[in-house]
Amino acid sequence: MKKILLLCLTIITFSCDNDTNGNGLRNITVDFKFTHTWDGMVINDSNLTTTTVTNDNGETMTMARLRYLISRIELINANGNSYTFNGYKFTDLSDITTYDFSTNNTIIPSGTYTIKFIWGFNEEDNIDGAYPDLNSASWNWPEMLGGGYHFLQLDGMYNVDSSPSPYNFHNGTARVSTNPNVFEQNFAVIELSEEIVLSGNASIEIVMNIAEFFKNPNTWDLNVLDTPLMPNYNAQKMMQQNVQTVFSLGAVSQ
Amino acid sequence: MKKGLYIILLVIFASCTSEEQGYEPTELPLEIPEVFSTYLIPPVIPTDNPQTVEGVALGKKLFFDRILSADGTQSCATCHAPQKAFADNLTTSIGIDGISGTRNSMPLFNLAWNYGDRFNWDGSALSLEQQAEEPVENPIELHSNWDEVITRLQNHPEYPQLFQSAFNTTTITKELTTKAIAQFERTLISANSKFDRYTLGQTSLTPQELNGLDIFLREDKGDCFHCHGNPNNPLWTNNDFHNNGLDVTFTDLGLGTITGDPNDNGKFRSPSLRNLAYTAPYMHDGRFATLDEVINHYSEGLQNSPTIDPLMKQIAQGGVQLTTQEKADLKAFLLTLSDPSFLNNPDFQN
Repeated sequence: MKKILLLCLTIITFSCDNDTNGNGLRNITVDFKFTHTWDGMVINDSNLTTTTVTNDNGETMTMARLRYLISRIELINANGNSYTFNGYKFTDLSDITTYDFSTNNTIIPSGTYTIKFIWGFNEEDNIDGAYPDLNSASWNWPEMLGGGYHFLQLDGMYNVDSSPSPYNFHNGTARVSTNPNVFEQNFAVIELSEEIVLSGNASIEIVMNIAEFFKNPNTWDLNVLDTPLMPNYNAQKMMQQNVQTVFSLGAVSQ
Repeated sequence: MKKGLYIILLVIFASCTSEEQGYEPTELPLEIPEVFSTYLIPPVIPTDNPQTVEGVALGKKLFFDRILSADGTQSCATCHAPQKAFADNLTTSIGIDGISGTRNSMPLFNLAWNYGDRFNWDGSALSLEQQAEEPVENPIELHSNWDEVITRLQNHPEYPQLFQSAFNTTTITKELTTKAIAQFERTLISANSKFDRYTLGQTSLTPQELNGLDIFLREDKGDCFHCHGNPNNPLWTNNDFHNNGLDVTFTDLGLGTITGDPNDNGKFRSPSLRNLAYTAPYMHDGRFATLDEVINHYSEGLQNSPTIDPLMKQIAQGGVQLTTQEKADLKAFLLTLSDPSFLNNPDFQN
């Protein structure tokens, strides 16, 4: 009987060790759920191509495809300790299976955190041709524009209520000049300042408001900047500025 | 002691039994070319149809065998000939009754890297196995029916044994027949073009070919790469569906016929640009006889319609307005994607 009791205690002890770390905090797992809106209206695979929206400059728009890349998702606690999750996240709005993000190193101590991630790839990660899954998705950014990968591809039509015209809102490395080619990294560091108290396994929603690409701080006039934008330095930098307000924290379930 | 002997005998018996009953065909993993293994994710091989030596051999025999057609006059290879990169050179293919279909024969290569797993110009087939089903009964193609085909195969002096070797059964079914054909088709890999060798550092491109690549990749010039791959995506297609500005109104709805979604009307799958030199005429209906006509279309021949792809960015001007020299350069680059060794690969001949 004593042996059984001892065995039970041992099991319980080991169980506790698995759930807590050295500071007595619980180890928890987190994953991320990305949702997408146009100023509050949910945009997903079922309505992406059928929804007409109006941007801040007054142009009515449709969207044919929307794909984007983020990387280096981090949770940072009050002490400044950072927990970076492996991998990057490539989202294709036409494919709902790409909306969620979880990796193999998502165990962190319970606590209070803020979220930080990179829009696109930073200079260290933006290596031309280095990621087979992104190559296979034809996500490459041409070498003459600095190479690496797209951060965003948003294609559609604007002025759809009058004289529809195409726009190709593509974001990536910015080319400053040619002959010689000078490039400028164009990723953005996104920091969501709202604190999240994580006490158990959690699913964190991050909301992309697509309308913000056309709004803050640069009101985007598609009549002037529609296509081609990839080789347009000023357009690329405006996108980098506008992406800062695109993401926000959504619901946290745990 | 007796018990020990009994157990040993039982183990030996069990081993023998499992060997006799557990015949497995010989695995034959795809030989993945370096330019694919370096840049692309692995090919799509269905878990219920692994590649095997015996399955591929059977699939090859079926592919070239006219037994699949009602009157024994045509095989898959009739419209998908090795010397034409497994296409034909007709505007639209002609079936056993001499009737022209409505679609140009698609070339067959690198099919296992179609990650969306949608085949045909309109995406009607949701796997390679499913794709192999349809032509057999199509009245303007092989115009047969599967029951008759299965009977012919079952009564054939060789096929039952070949199915036994490939699938461990002599009972022939439509499903096993199309699985074998799909296995063979997945072996049709083309990755030895001049551009592949350039990627591998084994050769160089001419200044004209490099200029053509530049036009291909420039968003303010050809902007071909958003739909047709790039040096880091050597498939030279995204296998996605686009309305590329062929018509103002549609006689063939393409993907729209399959999905029923009006937003998909006039959309067709982007074909690979590999082996263009061998696969004329071009487009889903074979309307362009030459590569020059194709380039002219994108340069100044685009037609607007409600589902035009926004990547046809200069639709208002009719196209991307390339100069004569730019067109010549672009064509020179496109021809570097030709892989003559694919046409002559002995593994792919009848």
